[in-house]
Amino acid sequence: MDPTSEQLLWMYEKMVEIREYEETMAKVYLEGKLPPKIQKGLAFDIGAGPVPGEMHLAAGQEPVAVGVCAHLKAEDAVVGAHRPHHFAIAKNVDLNAMTAEMFGKVTGLGRGKGGHMHLFDPAVKFSCSGIVGASAPQACGAALAAKKLGKDWVAIGFFGEGAANQGAFHEALNLASLWKLPVIFVCEDNKYGISVEKQDSTSIESNADRAAGYGMPGVLVETNDAVAVFRAAGDAVARARRGEGPTLIEVKTDRYLGHFQGDPETYRPKGEAQELRTHDPIPALGALLRARDLLDDAGDARLRQAVSARVEAAYAFGRNSPYPEPSEALLHVFAD
Amino acid sequence: MTTDTKVRTLSMAQAISEAVAQEMERDQRVFVMGEDVGKYGGIFSATTGLLDKFGPERIMDTPISETGFMGAAIGAAAEGLRPISELMFVDFFGVCFDQIYNHLAKNTYMSGGNTKYPVVITTGIGGGYNDAAQHSQCLYGIFAHVPGLKVVVPSNAYDAKGLMTAAIRDDNPVVFMYHKGIMGLSWMSYFEGSTNAVPLEPYTIPFGEAKVVREGRDLTIVTLSQMVQKAVLAADTLAAEGIDVEIIDLRTLVPLDRESVLRSVAKTGRLLVADEDYLSFGVSGEIAAIVAEHLDSVKLKAPIRRLAVPDVPIPFSRPLEQFAIPQVDGIAAAVRELMQLNLN
Ligand SMILES: Cc1ncc(C[n+]2csc(CCOP(=O)(O)OP(=O)(O)O)c2C)c(N)n1
Ligand SMILES: [Mg+2]
Repeated sequence: MDPTSEQLLWMYEKMVEIREYEETMAKVYLEGKLPPKIQKGLAFDIGAGPVPGEMHLAAGQEPVAVGVCAHLKAEDAVVGAHRPHHFAIAKNVDLNAMTAEMFGKVTGLGRGKGGHMHLFDPAVKFSCSGIVGASAPQACGAALAAKKLGKDWVAIGFFGEGAANQGAFHEALNLASLWKLPVIFVCEDNKYGISVEKQDSTSIESNADRAAGYGMPGVLVETNDAVAVFRAAGDAVARARRGEGPTLIEVKTDRYLGHFQGDPETYRPKGEAQELRTHDPIPALGALLRARDLLDDAGDARLRQAVSARVEAAYAFGRNSPYPEPSEALLHVFAD
Repeated sequence: MTTDTKVRTLSMAQAISEAVAQEMERDQRVFVMGEDVGKYGGIFSATTGLLDKFGPERIMDTPISETGFMGAAIGAAAEGLRPISELMFVDFFGVCFDQIYNHLAKNTYMSGGNTKYPVVITTGIGGGYNDAAQHSQCLYGIFAHVPGLKVVVPSNAYDAKGLMTAAIRDDNPVVFMYHKGIMGLSWMSYFEGSTNAVPLEPYTIPFGEAKVVREGRDLTIVTLSQMVQKAVLAADTLAAEGIDVEIIDLRTLVPLDRESVLRSVAKTGRLLVADEDYLSFGVSGEIAAIVAEHLDSVKLKAPIRRLAVPDVPIPFSRPLEQFAIPQVDGIAAAVRELMQLNLN
């Protein structure tokens, strides 16, 4: 299935938005974390600044998020992992509330309790987790619910190639296939799990081949390209909606930044990230849009301006929102 | 310790990796496996430099398969090897606890003492840097609750080296829990009292011996891990106010040095337990119970007080996290309040 003009433009705009969001975060995150205003002797202080804690950014991995989410409705569930922003943005999670969450503000998705790895937006059925491998079984549950409720909803479990070595992944695949669940497992192969290269962690070249062991289709998307992901995801989502069961998709994608911000990346060959950026999927899709007369320079500028305005507004909202009262720490352990 | 022993100032991370390196040199059966322990040197630097020294056969980066490599540690230990198995954050115990509590902890017992499992699990604990609910817990209470696991919770580099050496030489499973905020990392603020003088020569610190970190007359703080460093700072403030606090660093939870707790509380008559784990059903309750069981010999002047995480997951936002995890000021305030209370 090929994307319509509208879908192409949507994917392009979302990719631009994700990239701008992540690059802005990379800068904002550094505020307050560098010498001299931190403890003497430190090079960096992870707990300082307006956005403290770990920060995993997805610049370079935009095609996976938009190529899949282009097929989704608000009722379709997405479960992401510790690197969740691109999925969240592509699933139309409220950008202001998501950003406020990372600033730890009371206006955040979780009133500041969750932070960047723990974003929950039930309005668009988005959630994620900092525990590697946790998403696949939970996506099965959302799919099981759709089936029990008689809906044509699907569920997506996103995770990295590193997570595909967790038992949870393998159990989820078996379960999904056994119960013919409308779930799509989407593995982002960005080559690394922190410092460990895929070839040093994974017994098989492509995780897509693992699907055969569970009796479901496995699809390898070999290029970090939104349209290629769109096609693979389109087939999988259609199959799921028809009640024919799960699909596993692996996408070869690129991580432009460190595993987390502040990662010394000494394990990475020098210049690798630079080289990856020469295959940037955003200008590539822009060129396709231009070739089809769907975009010109003026249109691109307008689109980028609108995206910047949204992203800036979200960061301003996060920054300027109030913190929760400290005693709010005691609330919400249980549902009311 | 001989007088010509070379002593340097080391961070806790350096002390731990030194202990591991020296034991690996001493004993070919010792090896390390875990996520990012090789090229990266351990996310919290507990294995920095070891890959270069010992190579990938003995410093093994694993897939993200905690059940797999924790179970492998058990199997390898049963064959006579001495694995050190790193669980990057203790919070991840959830994906592999079956191997740990149903097997590693119980196999020796279930075999009637006929098998042994000299495994050291190293793991990062604790919050204070806004890493939220899945990356900030202490959870030593859970590990200590399960019979069959020794639990080590050092507060400083000197103790960490001696305890790590003892852990590796122990024939039993040892869970070695290092608080991230006292490792002396270059990218996370830490309590500087944790970086201290460490002899180059290998040495052991026996398990089950608490340390009196500071002697005092008026009140006992029983504590462990990073909270020891917080208690020391609180005690300095309180000393200026004329309150003389004694601090007991438990150092190991299993075995637990009950005598040192009782001796100190018998002397001061006042007990505050300062703990970064959850309040209920945990370490602070255990310490309080030990004192309560000895009220015939220990005369309390005031009720026992416990400071711990108030039974909520660790929140992300800074003001919330500072509220949930006991801080230096909170310890000082609790001590002042306790000094005002009298049982009769
Ligand atoms: C159960 C568990 N083990 C280990 C970690 C630590 N950790 C966080 S991200 C990560 C690497 C994940 O690699 P991958 O799944 O490929 O995702 P990527 O970071 O590349 O997006 C690891 C080991 C964790 N969060 N949870
Ligand atoms: Mg990866």
